Amino acid sequence: MFDLSILFASVLNGITTGAVYALIALGLTLIYGVLHIINFAHGASLMVALYGVYFLKEKIGLDPYLALPIVVPAMFAFGYVLQRVIINRASHGKDENILLVTLGISIVLENLALLFFKSDTRNIETAYTLTTVNIGTAMIALPKLVAFIGALVVSAILLAVMRFTFLGRAIRAVAKEKHGARLMGIDVDHVYAMCFGIGSACLGAAACFLLPAYYVNPMVGNGFVLVAFTIVVLGGMGSFVGALVGGLLIGVVESIGGLYLGESLGQVGIFVIFIAILLLRPQGLFGVRT
Amino acid sequence: MTSRRQFIGQSAAAASAMAFPLVGGAQPKTVKVGVLHPVTGALAYSGQQCREGVMMAIEDINKLGGIKSLGGAKIEALLGDAQSTPQAGAAEVEKMNEAGVSAIVGAFASAICLATTQAAAKYNLPHVVDVGVADQIVERGLKNTFRFGPGYKKCAEVAVANLHVLNTAAGKPARSVMIIHEESLFGTGTANLLARELPGYGYDVKEIVKHANPTRDFNNIVLRMKQVNPDIVIPANYYNEYALLVRTMQQQKVTPKAIYSVLGGAASSYKFVKEFPEAANGIIDCNHWFSPRDKRSLELKKRVEAKNLFFSYEVFMAYTAMRLLADAIERAKSTDRAAIIDALNKSTFSDHIMPYGTTQFVNGQNMGAQPLMTQVVKGDIKVIIPRDYREVEPIFPLNG
Repeated sequence: MFDLSILFASVLNGITTGAVYALIALGLTLIYGVLHIINFAHGASLMVALYGVYFLKEKIGLDPYLALPIVVPAMFAFGYVLQRVIINRASHGKDENILLVTLGISIVLENLALLFFKSDTRNIETAYTLTTVNIGTAMIALPKLVAFIGALVVSAILLAVMRFTFLGRAIRAVAKEKHGARLMGIDVDHVYAMCFGIGSACLGAAACFLLPAYYVNPMVGNGFVLVAFTIVVLGGMGSFVGALVGGLLIGVVESIGGLYLGESLGQVGIFVIFIAILLLRPQGLFGVRT
Repeated sequence: MTSRRQFIGQSAAAASAMAFPLVGGAQPKTVKVGVLHPVTGALAYSGQQCREGVMMAIEDINKLGGIKSLGGAKIEALLGDAQSTPQAGAAEVEKMNEAGVSAIVGAFASAICLATTQAAAKYNLPHVVDVGVADQIVERGLKNTFRFGPGYKKCAEVAVANLHVLNTAAGKPARSVMIIHEESLFGTGTANLLARELPGYGYDVKEIVKHANPTRDFNNIVLRMKQVNPDIVIPANYYNEYALLVRTMQQQKVTPKAIYSVLGGAASSYKFVKEFPEAANGIIDCNHWFSPRDKRSLELKKRVEAKNLFFSYEVFMAYTAMRLLADAIERAKSTDRAAIIDALNKSTFSDHIMPYGTTQFVNGQNMGAQPLMTQVVKGDIKVIIPRDYREVEPIFPLNG
């Protein structure tokens, strides 16, 4: 049996990790909610963003947190152009094509990264990388705490955009009834691309929060994308609150599972939840039954 | 209807084809060698380092006149990618066999080597294992398989015996041990051996923790470590996870009496020492290491560093494995596979930079192979044991 202090530290660790998972899942759920496609290129896009943050730090010495105003718009543009120029054109309006196109994009991106950056795992060193903050008896790495707060702020902004802006209404309208939205004068192709852009921008933010405590290599996205899919299913496909709560929950489950069952077996908890949700509540925690 | 132009073209082709044997006879032929490593996937960094080592060896051999007993035949590398999985590795062996290689050098990871050596055995294709520390690789009676470096059994025995020497000399401050290992054949096998050896010397193995590749977060393992509070932490894993583990320990302010690695992925890595000098400081490792007394090893190190690469164990192990193979082909005076296997069996290869005794293969294992013990001291990696190679006095315990 573990000390309560260690259990507490493990839960805190899970919550902070889960917040970053949530941020990654938010992008995924947005793209799914509107475009109704599973974006297999999500992990590879995260990798692209991580390399962006890495090179900004290594080449011009820009701190990862200060890189936010550069990386987030850049990733937005990346996502927008990717959807408008490649995915939209190659899909010919068929969902199953989009699936394959995003899968193809992920393979191309990963191998381009392998070609240009080699398979080296790269880290950045910042003054605060090893700084810890005491919360009660637990010690939490400062970058993880910042990531947690950052993820919450980004989620709040995203929720506000969806609820209170014209763009948000347009996105919700397209998600619900694309032909009706088009008849109401909404540029559906633009909304699609905006969704992809915003989804990718979330990854940009996640990358800035992630890198001070993590690493980047061409395959880094794979580790996150499976977890992000689980979170999206758990929270309910297309639900933002679901992604946020699901992310935190998965983070804690993974952490406690790791503590009790060992790091290899600990991840079992995630997939047990995944299967249980599919069996008992297929629409997810916050999803609407269709 | 054949046009004049076509006729001339075809005639030229036919004439050159007929002339080719003459030209071919005048030039030394080449010896095809399969160079097989996981250059993509989770183990890509190590795989690429290995490939670099083999390619440098081939460059050196060819520059020095190739295989002299074959009229200066140049070694031609046939590159293969095991994609960090045993299946892909075995598939590459099939391709290499089809392409007519005389031998294979590879394939870094134990699990991949198990598959590739077995696949190569079907064709009696000589396979020199460059790293692959799992002893099962050379314990299955495969006649084609040769490993120049030490296996994990040897490494674990040396590590535990030396730990006891260090601990006894320091007045036995350390009693309890926690082992953290990766989940594939290499990590699990090493951990099992350690868990068997350590109690015999009076150490209490309090906890053995296994983790996946990749593992994103070591906080939980380090929290367990806090609870267990071991005197000595022994990691046996690959580079990324090793680095993350040690950094997390530093973050959570866990300071055991020693971080004592056995085949630690980053413990004796110049990359790790350069990137995380503070976290690396004082770490002891029992691993593959070159002879610091041999000038050629320092020359090779300089050449590798001039390419902007780190002189990691993968590079010099793979480099030496290729030199061993070339030496065997030289003595075999043939590209015939059986002849090369025979030459490897009789090898007394001594023209290398490793701190090994006389080369002698018994069931494919070089009996002269041994690991060295290193410690990170002031931003550099220095040999501490055995005495013949000692560069600095060991510091044990660290926080004593």
